[in-house]
Amino acid sequence: MFDWLPQNVWFSVGLKVFFALMMIGAVMTMAGYSVLAERKVSAWMQGRVGPNRTALPFIDYIPIIGPFLRKLGIFQPLADGLKFLFKEEIVPGHVNKFYYYLAPLVALVPALTTMTVLPFGQMYWPDGTTSILALADLEVGILFVFAVSSLGVYGIALAGWSSNNKYSFLGGIRSSAQMISYELAMGLSLLPVFLWVAVPGAQESGLSISGIANSQEGAAWLFLVQPVSALVFLIALFAETNRLPFDMPESETDLVGGFHTEYGSFKFGIFFVAEYAHIVIGSAIFTLLFLGGWHFLPFMNDPWPANWIGTLLGVGWFLAKTVFLIFFFIWIRWTLPRFRYDQVMHLGWTKLLPLALANLIVYVIIVTLIDQSNSTPF
Amino acid sequence: MAKTVVLERKPLSLSERTYLPQIVTGLKTTFSNMFKPKVTLQYPEEKPVIPNNYRGVPTLVKDPNGREKCVSCQLCEFVCPPKAIRITPGSVPDDQEDREHVEKAPQEFEINMLRCIYCGYCQEVCPEEAIFLQDQYSSSGYSREEMVNNKQKLYELGGTLPDHHYKWDKKKEAEELGNAH
Amino acid sequence: MSAVDFLFWVFAVLSVGGGLSMVFSKHPVSAAMFMIVSLVAIAALFVLLDAFFLAVLQVLVYAGAVMVLFLFIIMLLDVGPNAAKQKIVHWKVGILGLLSSISLVFVLFLLGGEAGYIWSPDSESPWPDPKLGVSSAEDILPFSTNVSSFGYGLMTKYMLPVQISGFMLLAAMIGVIILSKKSDPRENDS
Repeated sequence: MFDWLPQNVWFSVGLKVFFALMMIGAVMTMAGYSVLAERKVSAWMQGRVGPNRTALPFIDYIPIIGPFLRKLGIFQPLADGLKFLFKEEIVPGHVNKFYYYLAPLVALVPALTTMTVLPFGQMYWPDGTTSILALADLEVGILFVFAVSSLGVYGIALAGWSSNNKYSFLGGIRSSAQMISYELAMGLSLLPVFLWVAVPGAQESGLSISGIANSQEGAAWLFLVQPVSALVFLIALFAETNRLPFDMPESETDLVGGFHTEYGSFKFGIFFVAEYAHIVIGSAIFTLLFLGGWHFLPFMNDPWPANWIGTLLGVGWFLAKTVFLIFFFIWIRWTLPRFRYDQVMHLGWTKLLPLALANLIVYVIIVTLIDQSNSTPF
Repeated sequence: MAKTVVLERKPLSLSERTYLPQIVTGLKTTFSNMFKPKVTLQYPEEKPVIPNNYRGVPTLVKDPNGREKCVSCQLCEFVCPPKAIRITPGSVPDDQEDREHVEKAPQEFEINMLRCIYCGYCQEVCPEEAIFLQDQYSSSGYSREEMVNNKQKLYELGGTLPDHHYKWDKKKEAEELGNAH
Repeated sequence: MSAVDFLFWVFAVLSVGGGLSMVFSKHPVSAAMFMIVSLVAIAALFVLLDAFFLAVLQVLVYAGAVMVLFLFIIMLLDVGPNAAKQKIVHWKVGILGLLSSISLVFVLFLLGGEAGYIWSPDSESPWPDPKLGVSSAEDILPFSTNVSSFGYGLMTKYMLPVQISGFMLLAAMIGVIILSKKSDPRENDS
């Protein structure tokens, strides 16, 4: 497809790097603006107006658009980012310096690495072929996402440990315990999805994210077929991204600031961005797995034409669903109170895990029955 | 006497034990809140409505004839819990004919707004109704000296309040008629 | 040296260096972190072999779950750097360990060389050509990195080992449950 481009190793590597940087830029921007969305939505839900003062010198003078954008707080993430950059860099004397500096990076890198396998659309080429828009459309993409995002817990655990502070430490310990507990339920909840998607005798495995997304084209979205899986996965996703009602590692009311109590300025900013990048990527994954990815509506073929307009509309539709899920994350946060720690463990081990297992067994039976009825005796 | 009825709490039904319907109800509540009118006051542009009897910055007031009411009795200075008030007593200036029955007047009157706790004791204790905590709520400055309100500033802030008694006019009248007490 | 060779050396050095640093580092948390580095580097080596599934499982199971548990225990028990100093390995044990590891390597070379697993320029590769996809011998599964072929292999040729290991894991799990339960039944009543 890139035949017209010069065939050069350095050029192709450079192109990949360029795409990767664009992807990072997009996800980081979304993370920054989901911080703004959080502030705005929480304000609206509480009868407030949220940030509406930040203004850029020239854009603010445009008659109607300028004040409107200022009211929406569009420039607030810029101000927040600059604030994190220019604040005084304070390192408490009692911390373990090496791990203290390492922890924010360990938190951010997995969040940015998972986006490499994240498909976000389908390219319609003029010659009628289609290809998946992703940095790398791995055959085992969903497992890659799990694997890499499970490394993110080290950032929190190390931050808590290296701070030499009991609040931070409790936050780190809670985080690692919570991650282990909910990863099981998360993985188990997805097995029925793989079973459902993998057609017998197919060459492609059901582990490819784009394969799962494309299997929902013109058919039922998977959350209609497998509501229990979707529910368990969603709850586990909340737990894995440390969002309320599962924000045990942070829980301001009992742990001051949790794992980042001793962090300030840019290091705290990195934790913050990593947390929101996780939310963005988690929403995208849920969209791809259960909400049909870039396909229009359940039981409907895509209404857009198979050309570049269709490509753009598909990507836009995918983004719209992702943004709605990010909104859902925020919505839940301002609706439900935080669980107590033992309740979190109780829910994970004695409720979600058996539920996911039972769901798996039920779908194994169903899929087997369907296969038996479809297959011709030989 | 009313009979006490102990209600047995029913065991939770299956749907209640999953908490999912309750969560959906909660989501509905928060979502409907998004479209309710906002209660935020855009402060520097919009000012709050100050209720009557608001205890703001303490000020000195004049009577409707534009005369100083304070007689520098120093009761407010003594009652002030954080010792924010400092009065230098002085005599009434000679050129003020209509105040000749007043014995004293403050030469200087200072309220340190960094110490003031807005308790209102000074207003309560003042026998002349000369000091009032009015609707001024925003006091700020760049230095500590700036935050000490002197007499001139206090009268500027206080202005004139209606007076029902005209205590010193009555006293003067009574003395002129010959029954001083 | 091609790019793949270069990457191989990078990750090989990382994995071996991480392993050695793990053994020699004083602090248990550092040791755990070095072990994670080593495990991730091995996963990268799997990627270079086109075994994506294996690489992902390596990270998911070992680096993502097992090591989190290790770190959790280290932090929870507050094992400091002094814990390692107290128990210096007795020299007799050390010599025995050295001898046994040397003999293990020796036996592996002996067995592997006989079966042709250790590559030498004149020996044939024991694996069939991946491009052909089909093995000449009937009992050897075709070489493939496909996930479904892993599943097929596990459920057909290696069914017995899978079931035996599953049974052992079940036994271990029951053992852990019994050990972690309180032994005195009267205490459980409360």
